Amino acid sequence: MLIAIQAEITLTAALVLMLVADLIFKEPNHKYLQASAVILMLIHTALNIVPTDTEAFGGMYHSSMISSVMKTILSTGTLLVFMQAGQWLEREDTRHKAGEFYIITLSTLLGMYFMMSAGSFILFYVGLELASIPMACLVTMDKKRHESAEAGAKFILNSMFSSGLMLYGMSLIYGTCGTTYFEDITAALTGTPLQIMATVFFFAGLGFKLSLVPFHMWTPDTYQGAPAPVSGYLSVISKGAAAFTLMSIILKIFGNMTAQWNLLLSIVIVATITVANLFAIKQTNLKRFMAYSSISQAGYIMLAVLGGGAMGMSSLVYYITVYIAANLAIFAVIGTVEQYSGRVDRDAYNGLYKTNPKLALVMTLALFSLAGIPPFAGFFSKFFVFASAFREGHWIVVFIALINTIISLYYYLLIVKAMYITPNDSPVSTFRSPAFTRACLLVCLAGIILLGLCSGVYQLFTDLA
Amino acid sequence: MEFTILILVLPAICFPLLALFGMKMPHRVAGTIGTVAIGAVTILSYITALNYFGAGRTAEGIFPTLTPWNIRWLPFTETLHIDMGIMLDPISVMMLVVITTVSLMVHIYSFGYMKGEKGFQRYYAFLSLFTFSMLGLVVATNIFQMYIFWELVGVSSYLLIGFYYTKPEAIAASKKAFIVTRFADLGFLIGILLYGYYMQTFTFTPAADQLMKAGMILPWALGLMFVGGAGKSAMFPLHIWLPDAMEGPTPVSALIHAATMVVAGVYLVARMFPLFIGFAPETLHVVAYVGAFTAFYAATVACVQSDIKRVLAFSTISQIGFMMVALGVCTSMDPHEGGLGYMAGMFHLFTHAMFKALLFLGAGCIIHAVHSNEMSTMGGLRKYMPVTHITFLIACLAIAGIWPLSGFFSKDEILAACFAFSPVMGWIMTAIAGMTAFYMFRLYYCIFWGKENTELHKEHVPHESPLTMTVPLMILAAITIVAGWILPFGHFVSSDGKAYDIHIDTGVAAISLVVALFAIGLATYMYARSSQPLADSLARRFSGLHKAAYRRFYLDEIWLFVTKKIIFNCISTPIAWFDRHVIDNFMNMLAAGTQACGTLIRPVQTGKIQTYTIWFFAGIIILTVILLLAL
Repeated sequence: MLIAIQAEITLTAALVLMLVADLIFKEPNHKYLQASAVILMLIHTALNIVPTDTEAFGGMYHSSMISSVMKTILSTGTLLVFMQAGQWLEREDTRHKAGEFYIITLSTLLGMYFMMSAGSFILFYVGLELASIPMACLVTMDKKRHESAEAGAKFILNSMFSSGLMLYGMSLIYGTCGTTYFEDITAALTGTPLQIMATVFFFAGLGFKLSLVPFHMWTPDTYQGAPAPVSGYLSVISKGAAAFTLMSIILKIFGNMTAQWNLLLSIVIVATITVANLFAIKQTNLKRFMAYSSISQAGYIMLAVLGGGAMGMSSLVYYITVYIAANLAIFAVIGTVEQYSGRVDRDAYNGLYKTNPKLALVMTLALFSLAGIPPFAGFFSKFFVFASAFREGHWIVVFIALINTIISLYYYLLIVKAMYITPNDSPVSTFRSPAFTRACLLVCLAGIILLGLCSGVYQLFTDLA
Repeated sequence: MEFTILILVLPAICFPLLALFGMKMPHRVAGTIGTVAIGAVTILSYITALNYFGAGRTAEGIFPTLTPWNIRWLPFTETLHIDMGIMLDPISVMMLVVITTVSLMVHIYSFGYMKGEKGFQRYYAFLSLFTFSMLGLVVATNIFQMYIFWELVGVSSYLLIGFYYTKPEAIAASKKAFIVTRFADLGFLIGILLYGYYMQTFTFTPAADQLMKAGMILPWALGLMFVGGAGKSAMFPLHIWLPDAMEGPTPVSALIHAATMVVAGVYLVARMFPLFIGFAPETLHVVAYVGAFTAFYAATVACVQSDIKRVLAFSTISQIGFMMVALGVCTSMDPHEGGLGYMAGMFHLFTHAMFKALLFLGAGCIIHAVHSNEMSTMGGLRKYMPVTHITFLIACLAIAGIWPLSGFFSKDEILAACFAFSPVMGWIMTAIAGMTAFYMFRLYYCIFWGKENTELHKEHVPHESPLTMTVPLMILAAITIVAGWILPFGHFVSSDGKAYDIHIDTGVAAISLVVALFAIGLATYMYARSSQPLADSLARRFSGLHKAAYRRFYLDEIWLFVTKKIIFNCISTPIAWFDRHVIDNFMNMLAAGTQACGTLIRPVQTGKIQTYTIWFFAGIIILTVILLLAL
């Protein structure tokens, strides 16, 4: 039984060990905290790298091959977040809570693990809350900063609201089906009006986590206020887990309601991508901008859900993998620039190329990947999600998404333009970021370039999905 | 044979190593790294060849086709997928030997030739990249991998032609080479897409039912592929880039624009040979006619050029024409009945690579000594540069087809194949072979004999090159001397794969020898002495023809006229106008609209949490209502 939930156990062990480490490494030894967090995550990832298919607690918990892979991907992403968080936790006002950051992050990750491998609505909801409530603490980590506190408040209030609605939806499903186990629900879900309403309510809860329009309004404020590594974590890990959970639950229990889901997702995808793009164009604060970018990326991820089936699943996992590499690279750069210059507006990036050419290069390639320019990984991941949705005949949605890719190209390139072309007499001065951040950037860069060219990655996901 | 992957891996590592860290290394170190890597690759290639040909034949008496590596890279459907791998068959193994041998010689030679040049490390990095791409091209397991490496070869050629990037001519030449070959590659790509679309496979050996599906398309696909091959192999009228490509460093010309890259087109045709013979014999004969005309055209131009590298460039074009003709005149897979040309073409590719590389490297020594490409600065150099002189003479005799040098054997086989196809083709090619002998000896006499430019030589005494440069010459010369009669080439490569004994057709051999000797004699009479009355008077009498030939029959001007005047003015300008005024404005309008929308909806994001929840809830209600109404 216990071996079945090995991933969760090792993660919990890592969490507990981090608690111990937090006790041992008091100031001025706090810098070892990052190293221990990174090492623990490495060990955890390595221990669970072989995908397994396990079931436990009488069907309450079910971890398939692909969710096992997804956990590995998310823990790698978390590892990257830890690697780039060190510099922010070096500051005078944050160093005393460095330990907390790692512990809380690990507990949200644990929540996501349970959420992804839930076999019933109960465990799913527990996981979801475990992933949400500590997240609010992460967002307010910089609580002395007014914005951070505001972001945390907005996050937790919205989160409560969406949880409430979602619980309502789930209770309706329970009411009509008489069970919370996914295995038994499938047959009872037939698409009665009440169940449709329940579906939308349920969807809204995950739509909140995924920041899909119209459940996205908290995103810009939260991303802007939260520390850069937390925003990065929110934008990829939390989102990736939610997207994966949504897809696997749809595959598991909504087999009889495909038509409703297709319509629902089509509307939401079109709205999400378009609205996010329109907002993104006007943003000058880079974190806020990345929030809108991540909203539109969530729309693209939903295309894979719309595609459905094994192909949709593999393209979703692939998309998230690629997205993690690109987005975390960008947040690492944003965090670094913020750390050394205190600025997050786009003008701070004018002429960055001259003073910090390597940072500018990583940022450029990551933006290219997000925009989907070949030969970077983002191109392939977009291609696969488009293909999976197209194959199922959703060509109007795909077409609108394609047009939006062009718009997104415009605003992503605005940053590239700022870094390379816009003249600036006093660009941000040259600085050298800590070794961990540089290593994180290097890993992300490798991901951006190699994930696309090594077709084996996608093939692997296809085989496991 | 799994170790063959190292043949690709070593230069693939070497290139980024030198490109990224080369500038921090001293010249000598960077050059040594490159040379040692390619040396190892050469040894590996030889071992591969020994193992492959030593392993013996299958029951049918042919060498088996091995694929020690094949990774499915991009799968589209069950049968249609792009693979990356290594395929060993007689021609690819032969090409491995040719490429690595010449490449190693060039690497060593460049130590002396490029000594002290700025960008020495960059040069070796590019050489590694080129070697990698070329090796990847010949071992390709499918047509698409070949195409990928084909383009990589084009890129590295572009980089190397433009090596002296401060020289405007070099930049122009590199651009010209890239654009012309890319233009031709468009044909190649379309050919590949047709091939893949109709047959649902990219492999070189499609199954019978896949071939059935292709039907009438196959000849077109193969023809379009040949267009790509014609671009790389400088076939008329796409040859215009090759003479200009001589702006690159001379060792590069030897490696890329004489021995290896330019024969990629020939290799391509040879690779697709079974399909050509089986399904598109007419297309194959078109290849022959294009090759024959190119050979003739280039030979005429070569007779009057005054820049020694240009003469060699046109001679290369002409010789590649010979190879194409050899492949093109084939009518069956049986070397005894109409399939001889395949073996002959491949044989000539092999021998030509050796003696043409030798000629170019020799030319490099000469240019190194007199600091000019022009014949007028030379003359009488035999006194100063004995090694270069002797090796150059050997190469000239080989290309002229004098027994017992290697060129004699391969050329004789080509002529025999041509005569078997049609006597007219045979006689034409014999005449062109005579022209070859003539212009090569004109070149030889003008460099080493003739009237010495004493003023210049007094000022700066020409000297023999250092050992790093002359040793490669001697090695190549040795190969050139013995390759023809030591190597039973037909045993390794033949159209049906079975062992074929090369036998000299005495009639053809006698004719070609007589013609070659006559042409050499004529060249001796006209150019060996210090004054050249006959040549000058001929040039005066046929001044129009001479001038036209000297200007390469205005082919460059015709191309420029077609592109600049016709295409630019009649097609590009209107399109540009349409683009600038209609499309751009439309896009600007769209962009302005998007921006306006962005501004318009901004107030929605109030920052108030109440608004957020209202939208949230309204969203749920609206979605529920839509779902309930719609379904």
